[in-house]
Amino acid sequence: MNSLVLRPVIRRTGLARDLPKVAFTSQFVPFTSLSRPPPNYEGHVPLTIPERGFLAVGSAVMSLLSPRRADLIAALGEATATPYFIYRLRDAMLLSPTGRRILKDRPRINSTTMSMGKLRELPDGTVGKEYVAWLDKEGVSPDTRSQVRYIDDPECAYVMQRYRECHDFYHALTGLPIMVEGEVALKAFEFANTLIPMTGLSMFAVARLKPKERRRILTTYFPWAIRNGLQAKEVMNIYWEEELETDVKELRKRIGLEKPPE
Amino acid sequence: MSARPLSRGLLSAAPSKHLRSVVPRVAASHSTLVGPNSSPSKDDRSSSEPVTHFGFQTVKESLKSTRVAGVFSSVASSYDTMNDVMSFGIHRLWKDHFVRSLNPGRRPGGQPMSILDVAGGTGDIAFRMLDHSEKVNGDRETTVLCTDINADMLREGEKRAIQNGYDSNRISFRVENAETLESIPDNSVDLYTISFGIRNVTRIPMALRAARRVLKPGGVFACLEFSKVSPAPLDAIYQQYSFSIIPLMGQLVAGDRDSYQYLVESIKRFPPQSEFARMIKDAGLVNVGKGYKELTFGIASIWKGVKPLE
Repeated sequence: MNSLVLRPVIRRTGLARDLPKVAFTSQFVPFTSLSRPPPNYEGHVPLTIPERGFLAVGSAVMSLLSPRRADLIAALGEATATPYFIYRLRDAMLLSPTGRRILKDRPRINSTTMSMGKLRELPDGTVGKEYVAWLDKEGVSPDTRSQVRYIDDPECAYVMQRYRECHDFYHALTGLPIMVEGEVALKAFEFANTLIPMTGLSMFAVARLKPKERRRILTTYFPWAIRNGLQAKEVMNIYWEEELETDVKELRKRIGLEKPPE
Repeated sequence: MSARPLSRGLLSAAPSKHLRSVVPRVAASHSTLVGPNSSPSKDDRSSSEPVTHFGFQTVKESLKSTRVAGVFSSVASSYDTMNDVMSFGIHRLWKDHFVRSLNPGRRPGGQPMSILDVAGGTGDIAFRMLDHSEKVNGDRETTVLCTDINADMLREGEKRAIQNGYDSNRISFRVENAETLESIPDNSVDLYTISFGIRNVTRIPMALRAARRVLKPGGVFACLEFSKVSPAPLDAIYQQYSFSIIPLMGQLVAGDRDSYQYLVESIKRFPPQSEFARMIKDAGLVNVGKGYKELTFGIASIWKGVKPLE
Protein backbone atom coordinates (compact mmCIF):
# COMPACT_ATOMS: atom_id res chain seq x y z
CA MET A 1 0.00 0.00 0.00
CA ASN A 2 1.35 3.39 -0.81
CA SER A 3 2.17 5.50 2.19
CA LEU A 4 1.79 9.21 2.58
CA VAL A 5 4.80 11.35 2.16
CA LEU A 6 5.99 13.94 4.62
CA ARG A 7 3.37 16.67 4.80
CA PRO A 8 4.61 19.49 6.96
CA VAL A 9 2.09 21.82 8.50
CA ILE A 10 3.64 25.18 9.18
CA ARG A 11 2.57 27.23 12.14
CA ARG A 12 4.14 30.57 12.39
CA THR A 13 4.42 31.88 15.92
CA GLY A 14 3.89 35.62 15.90
CA LEU A 15 5.72 38.22 13.86
CA ALA A 16 9.25 37.39 12.98
CA ARG A 17 12.02 39.89 12.50
CA ASP A 18 15.32 38.48 11.40
CA LEU A 19 14.71 34.78 11.58
CA PRO A 20 11.10 33.70 11.22
CA LYS A 21 10.23 31.39 14.06
CA VAL A 22 8.92 28.25 12.53
CA ALA A 23 7.33 25.35 14.23
CA PHE A 24 5.97 22.55 12.24
CA THR A 25 4.32 19.28 12.84
CA SER A 26 4.40 16.72 10.14
CA GLN A 27 2.24 13.81 9.23
CA PHE A 28 4.97 11.42 8.44
CA VAL A 29 4.00 7.88 7.57
CA PRO A 30 7.13 5.82 7.21
CA PHE A 31 7.74 4.04 3.95
CA THR A 32 10.43 1.69 2.71
CA SER A 33 12.57 1.87 -0.37
CA LEU A 34 10.61 -1.09 -1.75
CA SER A 35 7.28 0.69 -1.53
CA ARG A 36 7.95 4.29 -2.25
CA PRO A 37 4.98 6.63 -2.38
CA PRO A 38 4.15 8.20 -5.73
CA PRO A 39 6.20 11.24 -6.68
CA ASN A 40 4.91 14.70 -5.76
CA TYR A 41 6.32 16.33 -8.86
CA GLU A 42 8.20 15.37 -11.97
CA GLY A 43 11.48 13.73 -11.12
CA HIS A 44 10.70 13.49 -7.41
CA VAL A 45 12.29 10.56 -5.60
CA PRO A 46 11.03 10.11 -2.04
CA LEU A 47 13.93 8.99 0.09
CA THR A 48 13.79 7.22 3.41
CA ILE A 49 15.71 8.77 6.27
CA PRO A 50 18.65 6.34 6.12
CA GLU A 51 18.85 6.91 2.38
CA ARG A 52 18.86 10.63 2.90
CA GLY A 53 21.66 10.28 5.44
CA PHE A 54 23.63 8.05 3.10
CA LEU A 55 23.18 10.51 0.26
CA ALA A 56 24.22 13.42 2.45
CA VAL A 57 27.38 11.77 3.72
CA GLY A 58 28.28 10.23 0.38
CA SER A 59 27.78 13.39 -1.64
CA ALA A 60 29.64 15.45 0.97
CA VAL A 61 32.66 13.15 0.83
CA MET A 62 32.64 12.75 -2.92
CA SER A 63 32.13 16.40 -3.76
CA LEU A 64 35.07 17.24 -1.54
CA LEU A 65 37.14 14.70 -3.42
CA SER A 66 35.98 15.75 -6.88
CA PRO A 67 34.59 19.28 -6.78
CA ARG A 68 33.65 19.21 -10.45
CA ARG A 69 30.67 17.04 -9.65
CA ALA A 70 28.10 19.79 -9.49
CA ASP A 71 25.34 17.21 -9.34
CA LEU A 72 26.72 15.93 -6.04
CA ILE A 73 26.81 19.39 -4.52
CA ALA A 74 23.20 19.76 -5.63
CA ALA A 75 22.30 16.41 -4.09
CA LEU A 76 24.05 17.41 -0.87
CA GLY A 77 22.01 20.58 -0.79
CA GLU A 78 18.78 18.67 -1.18
CA ALA A 79 19.65 15.92 1.27
CA THR A 80 20.56 18.37 4.04
CA ALA A 81 17.80 20.90 3.41
CA THR A 82 15.26 19.04 5.52
CA PRO A 83 14.26 19.16 8.27
CA TYR A 84 13.85 22.81 9.15
CA PHE A 85 16.18 24.75 6.82
CA ILE A 86 14.25 24.74 3.58
CA TYR A 87 11.01 25.33 5.46
CA ARG A 88 12.58 28.31 7.19
CA LEU A 89 13.66 29.68 3.83
CA ARG A 90 10.25 29.16 2.31
CA ASP A 91 8.68 30.93 5.25
CA ALA A 92 11.12 33.82 4.86
CA MET A 93 9.87 34.12 1.31
CA LEU A 94 6.27 33.99 2.45
CA LEU A 95 6.91 36.91 4.80
CA SER A 96 7.76 39.27 1.95
CA PRO A 97 5.30 40.41 -0.72
CA THR A 98 7.84 39.86 -3.50
CA GLY A 99 8.71 36.49 -2.08
CA ARG A 100 5.04 35.56 -2.07
CA ARG A 101 4.76 36.60 -5.69
CA ILE A 102 7.76 34.48 -6.61
CA LEU A 103 6.23 31.49 -4.90
CA LYS A 104 2.96 32.07 -6.69
CA ASP A 105 4.44 32.62 -10.16
CA ARG A 106 7.26 30.09 -9.76
CA PRO A 107 9.41 31.64 -12.50
CA ARG A 108 12.22 29.51 -13.88
CA ILE A 109 15.57 30.71 -15.14
CA ASN A 110 16.85 28.92 -18.21
CA SER A 111 17.93 29.84 -21.70
CA THR A 112 14.32 29.98 -22.89
CA THR A 113 13.03 32.27 -20.17
CA MET A 114 16.15 34.47 -20.11
CA SER A 115 17.09 35.71 -23.51
CA MET A 116 20.88 35.89 -23.45
CA GLY A 117 20.96 38.07 -26.53
CA LYS A 118 18.66 40.69 -25.05
CA LEU A 119 20.62 40.70 -21.80
CA ARG A 120 23.86 41.33 -23.61
CA GLU A 121 22.39 44.45 -25.16
CA LEU A 122 21.62 46.02 -21.80
CA PRO A 123 23.84 48.88 -20.63
CA ASP A 124 26.85 48.08 -18.46
CA GLY A 125 26.20 48.21 -14.77
CA THR A 126 22.72 46.75 -14.96
CA VAL A 127 21.90 43.52 -13.22
CA GLY A 128 21.11 41.72 -16.47
CA LYS A 129 24.33 42.81 -18.13
CA GLU A 130 26.47 41.79 -15.16
CA TYR A 131 24.68 38.44 -15.03
CA VAL A 132 25.21 37.60 -18.68
CA ALA A 133 28.81 38.87 -18.51
CA TRP A 134 29.43 36.47 -15.62
CA LEU A 135 27.93 33.56 -17.53
CA ASP A 136 29.97 34.36 -20.61
CA LYS A 137 33.18 34.64 -18.60
CA GLU A 138 32.55 31.26 -17.02
CA GLY A 139 31.39 29.81 -20.31
CA VAL A 140 28.22 28.34 -18.82
CA SER A 141 24.57 28.62 -19.72
CA PRO A 142 21.69 28.84 -17.28
CA ASP A 143 20.63 25.35 -18.33
CA THR A 144 23.39 23.58 -16.48
CA ARG A 145 21.56 23.45 -13.15
CA SER A 146 20.22 20.03 -12.23
CA GLN A 147 16.60 19.47 -11.25
CA VAL A 148 15.64 19.14 -7.63
CA ARG A 149 14.63 15.55 -6.86
CA TYR A 150 15.04 14.74 -3.20
CA ILE A 151 12.88 17.35 -1.49
CA ASP A 152 9.40 16.08 -0.78
CA ASP A 153 7.31 19.23 -0.56
CA PRO A 154 6.77 20.63 -4.08
CA GLU A 155 6.89 24.26 -2.94
CA CYS A 156 10.12 23.73 -1.04
CA ALA A 157 11.50 21.87 -4.03
CA TYR A 158 10.76 24.98 -6.05
CA VAL A 159 12.50 27.13 -3.44
CA MET A 160 15.62 25.01 -3.75
CA GLN A 161 15.40 25.10 -7.54
CA ARG A 162 15.03 28.88 -7.42
CA TYR A 163 18.07 29.16 -5.17
CA ARG A 164 20.08 27.06 -7.58
CA GLU A 165 19.02 29.04 -10.60
CA CYS A 166 19.61 32.41 -8.93
CA HIS A 167 23.12 31.58 -7.82
CA ASP A 168 24.62 33.23 -10.86
CA PHE A 169 22.64 36.38 -10.09
CA TYR A 170 24.24 36.45 -6.67
CA HIS A 171 27.61 36.66 -8.36
CA ALA A 172 26.41 39.71 -10.23
CA LEU A 173 24.91 41.21 -7.10
CA THR A 174 27.83 40.77 -4.73
CA GLY A 175 30.54 41.43 -7.29
CA LEU A 176 32.79 38.80 -5.78
CA PRO A 177 35.59 37.85 -8.14
CA ILE A 178 35.62 34.87 -10.43
CA MET A 179 38.49 33.13 -8.73
CA VAL A 180 37.75 30.10 -6.61
CA GLU A 181 38.02 32.24 -3.47
CA GLY A 182 35.21 34.36 -4.82
CA GLU A 183 33.09 31.27 -5.30
CA VAL A 184 33.69 30.02 -1.77
CA ALA A 185 33.13 33.48 -0.34
CA LEU A 186 29.82 33.65 -2.17
CA LYS A 187 28.85 30.40 -0.50
CA ALA A 188 29.66 32.00 2.85
CA PHE A 189 27.44 34.93 1.91
CA GLU A 190 24.65 32.58 0.90
CA PHE A 191 24.94 30.66 4.14
CA ALA A 192 24.72 33.80 6.22
CA ASN A 193 21.75 34.97 4.18
CA THR A 194 19.75 31.84 3.35
CA LEU A 195 20.98 29.34 5.97
CA ILE A 196 21.01 26.51 3.45
CA PRO A 197 23.24 23.88 5.09
CA MET A 198 25.04 22.92 1.91
CA THR A 199 26.40 26.43 1.55
CA GLY A 200 27.80 26.18 5.05
CA LEU A 201 29.26 22.75 4.38
CA SER A 202 30.94 24.16 1.29
CA MET A 203 33.21 26.05 3.66
CA PHE A 204 35.19 22.86 3.96
CA ALA A 205 36.33 23.62 0.45
CA VAL A 206 38.82 26.06 1.92
CA ALA A 207 40.89 23.04 2.76
CA ARG A 208 41.46 22.56 -0.94
CA LEU A 209 42.75 26.08 -1.52
CA LYS A 210 46.37 27.05 -1.81
CA PRO A 211 47.73 28.86 1.27
CA LYS A 212 47.84 32.24 -0.44
CA GLU A 213 44.24 31.89 -1.64
CA ARG A 214 43.21 30.70 1.79
CA ARG A 215 44.76 33.69 3.49
CA ARG A 216 43.10 36.03 1.06
CA ILE A 217 39.73 34.48 1.53
CA LEU A 218 39.93 34.41 5.30
CA THR A 219 41.14 37.97 5.68
CA THR A 220 39.32 39.79 2.91
CA TYR A 221 36.36 37.97 1.46
CA PHE A 222 34.93 35.92 4.31
CA PRO A 223 34.43 38.78 6.75
CA TRP A 224 32.77 40.86 4.04
CA ALA A 225 30.61 37.94 2.92
CA ILE A 226 29.38 36.97 6.35
CA ARG A 227 28.81 40.49 7.54
CA ASN A 228 26.85 41.35 4.45
CA GLY A 229 24.99 38.10 4.36
CA LEU A 230 23.68 38.71 7.84
CA GLN A 231 22.79 42.36 7.46
CA ALA A 232 21.33 42.25 3.95
CA LYS A 233 17.74 41.45 3.18
CA GLU A 234 16.86 37.97 1.97
CA VAL A 235 18.28 37.66 -1.52
CA MET A 236 15.81 34.90 -2.26
CA ASN A 237 13.11 37.56 -2.26
CA ILE A 238 14.55 39.43 -5.20
CA TYR A 239 12.40 39.02 -8.28
CA TRP A 240 15.33 38.90 -10.69
CA GLU A 241 13.19 38.85 -13.78
CA GLU A 242 11.94 42.33 -12.81
CA GLU A 243 15.36 43.66 -11.82
CA LEU A 244 17.22 42.97 -15.04
CA GLU A 245 17.44 46.62 -16.02
CA THR A 246 18.06 47.93 -12.52
CA ASP A 247 21.44 49.40 -11.81
CA VAL A 248 23.48 47.00 -9.71
CA LYS A 249 24.64 49.67 -7.28
CA GLU A 250 21.05 50.76 -6.70
CA LEU A 251 19.98 47.19 -6.05
CA ARG A 252 22.85 46.72 -3.63
CA LYS A 253 21.74 49.80 -1.72
CA ARG A 254 18.18 48.51 -1.61
CA ILE A 255 19.28 45.14 -0.30
CA GLY A 256 21.77 46.60 2.15
CA LEU A 257 25.02 45.41 0.65
CA GLU A 258 28.32 47.20 0.95
CA LYS A 259 30.68 47.72 -1.93
CA PRO A 260 32.37 44.45 -2.88
CA PRO A 261 35.89 43.97 -1.55
CA GLU A 262 38.86 44.42 -3.84
CA MET B 1 8.66 -3.61 -35.02
CA SER B 2 11.96 -2.17 -34.06
CA ALA B 3 14.61 -4.78 -34.23
CA ARG B 4 17.54 -2.79 -32.99
CA PRO B 5 19.82 -5.01 -31.04
CA LEU B 6 19.55 -5.06 -27.32
CA SER B 7 22.01 -3.96 -24.90
CA ARG B 8 24.41 -6.06 -22.97
CA GLY B 9 24.28 -6.43 -19.27
CA LEU B 10 25.35 -3.80 -16.86
CA LEU B 11 28.01 -5.95 -15.32
CA SER B 12 30.33 -5.61 -18.22
CA ALA B 13 33.32 -3.40 -17.87
CA ALA B 14 34.36 -0.43 -19.84
CA PRO B 15 33.02 2.99 -20.15
CA SER B 16 32.66 4.89 -23.34
CA LYS B 17 31.70 8.53 -23.72
CA HIS B 18 29.27 9.60 -21.08
CA LEU B 19 26.32 10.89 -23.07
CA ARG B 20 24.80 13.37 -20.67
CA SER B 21 22.15 14.24 -23.19
CA VAL B 22 20.63 10.85 -22.61
CA VAL B 23 20.15 11.25 -18.89
CA PRO B 24 17.45 13.94 -18.99
CA ARG B 25 15.48 11.75 -21.37
CA VAL B 26 15.69 8.85 -18.97
CA ALA B 27 14.94 11.13 -16.05
CA ALA B 28 11.90 12.56 -17.78
CA SER B 29 10.63 9.12 -18.53
CA HIS B 30 11.09 8.14 -14.93
CA SER B 31 9.03 11.07 -13.82
CA THR B 32 5.99 9.06 -14.76
CA LEU B 33 7.25 6.15 -12.75
CA VAL B 34 4.43 4.18 -11.26
CA GLY B 35 4.94 1.78 -8.38
CA PRO B 36 5.73 -1.85 -8.89
CA ASN B 37 2.17 -2.86 -8.09
CA SER B 38 0.42 -0.66 -10.55
CA SER B 39 -1.05 -1.86 -13.79
CA PRO B 40 -0.27 -0.52 -17.24
CA SER B 41 -1.74 2.88 -17.97
CA LYS B 42 -4.94 3.19 -19.94
CA ASP B 43 -3.11 4.97 -22.75
CA ASP B 44 -0.91 2.00 -23.52
CA ARG B 45 -3.85 -0.32 -23.57
CA SER B 46 -5.92 1.85 -25.84
CA SER B 47 -3.36 1.81 -28.64
CA SER B 48 -3.13 -1.41 -30.51
CA GLU B 49 0.63 -1.72 -30.20
CA PRO B 50 1.79 -4.36 -27.74
CA VAL B 51 3.46 -3.13 -24.61
CA THR B 52 6.24 -4.46 -22.50
CA HIS B 53 8.07 -3.46 -19.38
CA PHE B 54 11.01 -1.10 -19.03
CA GLY B 55 12.00 -1.68 -15.45
CA PHE B 56 8.71 -1.01 -13.70
CA GLN B 57 7.39 1.23 -16.43
CA THR B 58 5.20 0.04 -19.22
CA VAL B 59 6.29 1.05 -22.67
CA LYS B 60 5.49 0.26 -26.26
CA GLU B 61 7.55 -2.67 -27.43
CA SER B 62 9.02 -0.73 -30.31
CA LEU B 63 10.40 1.90 -27.96
CA LYS B 64 11.97 -0.39 -25.41
CA SER B 65 15.15 -1.14 -27.29
CA THR B 66 15.79 2.54 -27.92
CA ARG B 67 15.33 3.28 -24.26
CA VAL B 68 17.59 0.40 -23.27
CA ALA B 69 20.26 1.68 -25.66
CA GLY B 70 19.90 5.08 -24.06
CA VAL B 71 20.37 3.68 -20.59
CA PHE B 72 23.62 2.00 -21.55
CA SER B 73 25.05 5.01 -23.33
CA SER B 74 24.70 6.93 -20.13
CA VAL B 75 26.07 4.27 -17.81
CA ALA B 76 28.97 3.20 -20.00
CA SER B 77 31.41 5.77 -18.78
CA SER B 78 31.27 4.75 -15.14
CA TYR B 79 30.66 1.07 -15.77
CA ASP B 80 33.83 -0.33 -14.40
CA THR B 81 33.60 1.55 -11.14
CA MET B 82 29.92 0.92 -10.66
CA ASN B 83 30.19 -2.79 -11.35
CA ASP B 84 32.85 -3.16 -8.71
CA VAL B 85 31.02 -0.95 -6.26
CA MET B 86 27.67 -2.70 -6.67
CA SER B 87 28.89 -6.25 -6.53
CA PHE B 88 31.90 -5.62 -4.30
CA GLY B 89 34.06 -6.94 -7.09
CA ILE B 90 32.29 -10.28 -7.15
CA HIS B 91 31.18 -9.79 -10.76
CA ARG B 92 34.77 -10.59 -11.74
CA LEU B 93 34.55 -13.93 -9.95
CA TRP B 94 31.24 -14.72 -11.63
CA LYS B 95 32.63 -13.99 -15.07
CA ASP B 96 35.82 -15.94 -14.43
CA HIS B 97 33.80 -18.91 -13.24
CA PHE B 98 31.43 -18.61 -16.20
CA VAL B 99 34.25 -18.77 -18.71
CA ARG B 100 36.14 -21.48 -16.90
CA SER B 101 33.10 -23.70 -16.70
CA LEU B 102 32.59 -23.39 -20.44
CA ASN B 103 36.21 -24.22 -21.17
CA PRO B 104 36.42 -22.50 -24.55
CA GLY B 105 39.11 -23.48 -26.97
CA ARG B 106 40.11 -26.43 -29.07
CA ARG B 107 39.90 -29.82 -27.46
CA PRO B 108 42.87 -32.15 -28.09
CA GLY B 109 42.42 -33.44 -31.62
CA GLY B 110 39.54 -31.05 -32.22
CA GLN B 111 38.80 -27.89 -34.14
CA PRO B 112 39.11 -24.27 -32.94
CA MET B 113 35.78 -22.85 -31.79
CA SER B 114 33.72 -20.05 -33.19
CA ILE B 115 32.25 -18.18 -30.24
CA LEU B 116 29.46 -15.64 -30.35
CA ASP B 117 29.19 -13.28 -27.36
CA VAL B 118 25.88 -11.45 -27.54
CA ALA B 119 25.32 -8.18 -25.70
CA GLY B 120 29.04 -8.36 -25.22
CA GLY B 121 29.71 -4.68 -25.77
CA THR B 122 32.89 -3.91 -23.96
CA GLY B 123 34.41 -7.33 -24.34
CA ASP B 124 34.51 -8.56 -20.76
CA ILE B 125 33.57 -12.13 -21.60
CA ALA B 126 35.16 -12.10 -25.04
CA PHE B 127 38.61 -11.30 -23.69
CA ARG B 128 38.27 -13.93 -20.99
CA MET B 129 37.33 -16.48 -23.65
CA LEU B 130 40.37 -15.68 -25.73
CA ASP B 131 42.67 -15.77 -22.72
CA HIS B 132 41.29 -19.11 -21.57
CA SER B 133 41.54 -20.65 -25.04
CA GLU B 134 45.11 -19.56 -25.36
CA LYS B 135 46.41 -20.25 -21.89
CA VAL B 136 44.50 -23.36 -20.94
CA ASN B 137 43.94 -25.00 -24.29
CA GLY B 138 46.87 -23.59 -26.22
CA ASP B 139 44.48 -22.37 -28.89
CA ARG B 140 45.08 -19.08 -30.69
CA GLU B 141 42.67 -19.82 -33.48
CA THR B 142 39.39 -19.78 -31.63
CA THR B 143 37.50 -16.66 -32.70
CA VAL B 144 35.04 -14.51 -30.80
CA LEU B 145 32.42 -12.33 -32.42
CA CYS B 146 31.29 -9.73 -29.93
CA THR B 147 27.89 -8.17 -30.67
CA ASP B 148 25.84 -5.51 -28.92
CA ILE B 149 22.97 -3.14 -29.53
CA ASN B 150 25.03 -0.19 -28.41
CA ALA B 151 27.74 1.06 -30.73
CA ASP B 152 29.42 3.06 -27.95
CA MET B 153 30.02 -0.06 -25.91
CA LEU B 154 31.42 -1.85 -28.94
CA ARG B 155 33.74 1.04 -29.67
CA GLU B 156 35.02 0.83 -26.13
CA GLY B 157 35.50 -2.91 -26.61
CA GLU B 158 37.48 -2.33 -29.77
CA LYS B 159 39.65 0.18 -27.98
CA ARG B 160 40.38 -2.30 -25.23
CA ALA B 161 41.10 -5.07 -27.70
CA ILE B 162 43.74 -2.90 -29.33
CA GLN B 163 45.12 -1.73 -26.00
CA ASN B 164 45.51 -5.26 -24.75
CA GLY B 165 46.98 -6.54 -27.98
CA TYR B 166 44.28 -8.91 -29.11
CA ASP B 167 44.61 -9.93 -32.73
CA SER B 168 41.85 -8.55 -34.90
CA ASN B 169 41.39 -11.92 -36.57
CA ARG B 170 40.63 -13.48 -33.19
CA ILE B 171 38.07 -10.94 -32.06
CA SER B 172 35.63 -8.77 -33.95
CA PHE B 173 32.86 -6.40 -32.93
CA ARG B 174 29.54 -5.90 -34.63
CA VAL B 175 26.26 -4.15 -33.92
CA GLU B 176 23.58 -6.81 -33.83
CA ASN B 177 20.06 -7.41 -32.63
CA ALA B 178 19.92 -10.27 -30.12
CA GLU B 179 16.40 -11.06 -31.28
CA THR B 180 17.36 -11.66 -34.89
CA LEU B 181 21.15 -11.89 -35.25
CA GLU B 182 20.58 -10.97 -38.87
CA SER B 183 24.10 -11.15 -40.17
CA ILE B 184 24.96 -14.47 -38.51
CA PRO B 185 24.33 -17.57 -40.61
CA ASP B 186 22.49 -20.65 -39.33
CA ASN B 187 24.42 -23.43 -37.68
CA SER B 188 27.64 -21.46 -37.53
CA VAL B 189 28.44 -20.95 -33.86
CA ASP B 190 29.97 -23.45 -31.45
CA LEU B 191 29.35 -21.44 -28.32
CA TYR B 192 26.78 -18.70 -27.77
CA THR B 193 27.19 -16.66 -24.60
CA ILE B 194 25.18 -13.79 -23.20
CA SER B 195 26.33 -12.24 -19.96
CA PHE B 196 24.09 -9.85 -18.05
CA GLY B 197 22.34 -8.92 -21.26
CA ILE B 198 19.31 -11.10 -21.76
CA ARG B 199 17.18 -9.40 -19.15
CA ASN B 200 17.23 -6.28 -21.35
CA VAL B 201 15.98 -8.08 -24.45
CA THR B 202 12.44 -7.03 -25.34
CA ARG B 203 11.31 -10.45 -26.49
CA ILE B 204 13.42 -13.04 -24.76
CA PRO B 205 11.85 -16.07 -26.51
CA MET B 206 12.86 -14.53 -29.84
CA ALA B 207 16.44 -14.16 -28.68
CA LEU B 208 16.47 -17.76 -27.50
CA ARG B 209 15.16 -18.93 -30.85
CA ALA B 210 17.79 -16.84 -32.63
CA ALA B 211 20.42 -18.49 -30.43
CA ARG B 212 19.13 -21.88 -31.43
CA ARG B 213 19.21 -20.92 -35.09
CA VAL B 214 22.82 -19.77 -35.16
CA LEU B 215 24.19 -22.59 -33.01
CA LYS B 216 25.64 -25.65 -34.66
CA PRO B 217 24.00 -28.92 -33.70
CA GLY B 218 25.67 -29.84 -30.44
CA GLY B 219 26.58 -26.21 -29.85
CA VAL B 220 26.23 -24.74 -26.38
CA PHE B 221 24.06 -21.83 -25.27
CA ALA B 222 25.29 -20.25 -22.03
CA CYS B 223 23.71 -17.39 -20.15
CA LEU B 224 25.00 -15.56 -17.09
CA GLU B 225 22.31 -13.38 -15.55
CA PHE B 226 20.89 -12.10 -12.32
CA SER B 227 18.39 -14.43 -10.71
CA LYS B 228 16.24 -14.83 -7.63
CA VAL B 229 17.90 -15.07 -4.26
CA SER B 230 16.89 -17.69 -1.74
CA PRO B 231 16.36 -18.12 1.20
CA ALA B 232 13.75 -15.43 1.80
CA PRO B 233 15.46 -13.50 4.63
CA LEU B 234 18.53 -13.12 2.47
CA ASP B 235 16.33 -12.01 -0.40
CA ALA B 236 14.79 -9.34 1.80
CA ILE B 237 18.22 -7.92 2.54
CA TYR B 238 19.14 -8.17 -1.14
CA GLN B 239 16.01 -6.32 -2.27
CA GLN B 240 16.60 -3.61 0.26
CA TYR B 241 20.17 -3.24 -0.94
CA SER B 242 19.13 -3.22 -4.57
CA PHE B 243 16.46 -0.59 -4.32
CA SER B 244 18.13 1.58 -1.71
CA ILE B 245 21.87 1.48 -2.07
CA ILE B 246 22.36 0.82 -5.75
CA PRO B 247 20.44 3.82 -7.12
CA LEU B 248 22.13 5.99 -4.48
CA MET B 249 25.55 4.70 -5.50
CA GLY B 250 24.53 5.34 -9.08
CA GLN B 251 23.93 8.95 -8.13
CA LEU B 252 27.16 9.25 -6.18
CA VAL B 253 29.54 7.40 -8.48
CA ALA B 254 28.00 7.77 -11.91
CA GLY B 255 25.83 10.86 -11.42
CA ASP B 256 22.91 8.89 -12.82
CA ARG B 257 20.30 7.56 -10.46
CA ASP B 258 17.73 6.71 -13.11
CA SER B 259 19.81 4.27 -15.11
CA TYR B 260 20.59 2.26 -12.02
CA GLN B 261 17.00 2.40 -10.87
CA TYR B 262 16.10 0.90 -14.24
CA LEU B 263 18.72 -1.77 -13.80
CA VAL B 264 17.53 -2.99 -10.40
CA GLU B 265 13.96 -2.96 -11.67
CA SER B 266 14.96 -5.03 -14.68
CA ILE B 267 16.66 -7.52 -12.38
CA LYS B 268 13.48 -7.84 -10.35
CA ARG B 269 11.41 -8.33 -13.50
CA PHE B 270 13.53 -11.13 -14.87
CA PRO B 271 11.87 -14.57 -14.49
CA PRO B 272 13.04 -16.98 -11.79
CA GLN B 273 15.72 -19.55 -12.52
CA SER B 274 13.45 -22.51 -13.24
CA GLU B 275 11.13 -20.48 -15.43
CA PHE B 276 13.95 -19.18 -17.55
CA ALA B 277 15.28 -22.74 -17.87
CA ARG B 278 11.84 -23.73 -19.12
CA MET B 279 11.94 -20.87 -21.65
CA ILE B 280 15.29 -22.18 -22.88
CA LYS B 281 13.74 -25.61 -23.30
CA ASP B 282 10.75 -24.14 -25.13
CA ALA B 283 13.08 -22.50 -27.62
CA GLY B 284 14.29 -25.90 -28.67
CA LEU B 285 17.48 -26.19 -26.66
CA VAL B 286 18.13 -29.13 -24.37
CA ASN B 287 18.63 -28.22 -20.72
CA VAL B 288 21.83 -29.38 -19.09
CA GLY B 289 20.74 -31.00 -15.82
CA LYS B 290 18.04 -28.87 -14.24
CA GLY B 291 19.13 -26.12 -16.60
CA TYR B 292 20.94 -23.74 -14.32
CA LYS B 293 23.50 -23.37 -11.56
CA GLU B 294 23.21 -20.66 -8.95
CA LEU B 295 26.06 -18.43 -7.89
CA THR B 296 26.38 -16.47 -4.66
CA PHE B 297 23.05 -17.54 -3.14
CA GLY B 298 21.23 -17.01 -6.42
CA ILE B 299 22.21 -13.41 -6.99
CA ALA B 300 23.46 -14.61 -10.36
CA SER B 301 22.97 -17.88 -12.19
CA ILE B 302 24.43 -19.68 -15.18
CA TRP B 303 21.98 -21.35 -17.53
CA LYS B 304 23.23 -23.80 -20.15
CA GLY B 305 21.46 -25.36 -23.08
CA VAL B 306 22.58 -27.53 -25.94
CA LYS B 307 21.24 -27.49 -29.48
CA PRO B 308 20.14 -31.03 -30.22
CA LEU B 309 21.85 -32.98 -32.97
CA GLU B 310 19.39 -33.49 -35.82
